[in-house]
Amino acid sequence: MTTRMAIPLVLVALLGTVFFALFSSYTPDASLNLTASYYADQTVPETGAQNIVTAIIVTYRGLDTLGEVTVLFLTAAIVGLVLSQSKAPSAHAGAGGLPSGELLQTGARMLVPVILLFGAYVFINGHLTPGGGFQGGAIVASAMLLMLLADPAERFSHGLISKIESSAGLTYVILGLLGLLFAGGFLDNKILPLGTFGSIFSAGAIPLIYVLVGLKVGAEFSSILTSLEETEDAE
Amino acid sequence: MTLVQISLATGFALIFLGLYGALSNRNILRMIVSFTIASTGVNLVLVAVGYLPGREAPILDTIPVASAAERITDPVPQALVLTAIVIGLGVTALMLAYAYRLFRARGSLDISDFTELKW
Repeated sequence: MTTRMAIPLVLVALLGTVFFALFSSYTPDASLNLTASYYADQTVPETGAQNIVTAIIVTYRGLDTLGEVTVLFLTAAIVGLVLSQSKAPSAHAGAGGLPSGELLQTGARMLVPVILLFGAYVFINGHLTPGGGFQGGAIVASAMLLMLLADPAERFSHGLISKIESSAGLTYVILGLLGLLFAGGFLDNKILPLGTFGSIFSAGAIPLIYVLVGLKVGAEFSSILTSLEETEDAE
Repeated sequence: MTLVQISLATGFALIFLGLYGALSNRNILRMIVSFTIASTGVNLVLVAVGYLPGREAPILDTIPVASAAERITDPVPQALVLTAIVIGLGVTALMLAYAYRLFRARGSLDISDFTELKW
């Protein structure tokens, strides 16, 4: 019993010395490194995006983002697969749960459209303001979560979710391939005109791609949430 | 203490708490929560490393484009952390799903009841 208590402490203490060395000798840089200053100088002429982080994620590292979205899709698929054998029968779904209450139900009816709108705002403005597809998608999924909390017996159509998810993913890849044909490379945003700097229809394909990412992420998170919610309570 | 040091210290402290919790708790759900705390700490450390004192967020709405390189913080760690958060969520969802399956298989969430892979 004592070794069981001691081993974590020793490991954490060893890690602590490493972290303390890192922490005490850390001094922040005075200027940006080479990569970061390239992004700082070239983002606006090359992509036309105000938000440099968005430009990096969607254009400079677009392939990584495609991979990231694929990982999320795999997660949603595996969660669905792992939990599919224990699905609650839809007749007595939310089995035996108490009703969620007047306050939550009325609140959800009022808030869900606003949350969905806010999510859409965040992913459409990803190239201008903080936010983007992943954040907006998470906000959209939080509206789904609120609906699930307000009415645990409600079932979202898995068919609709997977249709949104797969068509957004397919369009994302097609946009990338169009970049290969009409612009500099895979997922190049210059297949559309760069537009006026700072307006909503600017930065080429970045808003379009981020809307697709937002829809895809929102659909994936919703599918994870519904899979988790639909599992039956174990007796 | 400067802002960078505070965030670095908080991040490291969260990593500690998370790792210690994951190593010392026997309940699988508590371990999952501990991993989430540790990954939050890692994200905080990464963002703190990208911060340069006195600079602003890498969004060029008020900062003129010509002086961007002198006035913004490093955007690369922020992009990395965005990725890390999303992958962290995926990992958490997978862990929760597996924890549910384990609970259905044994009726228990105590890690000492699962000894098949113990050496």
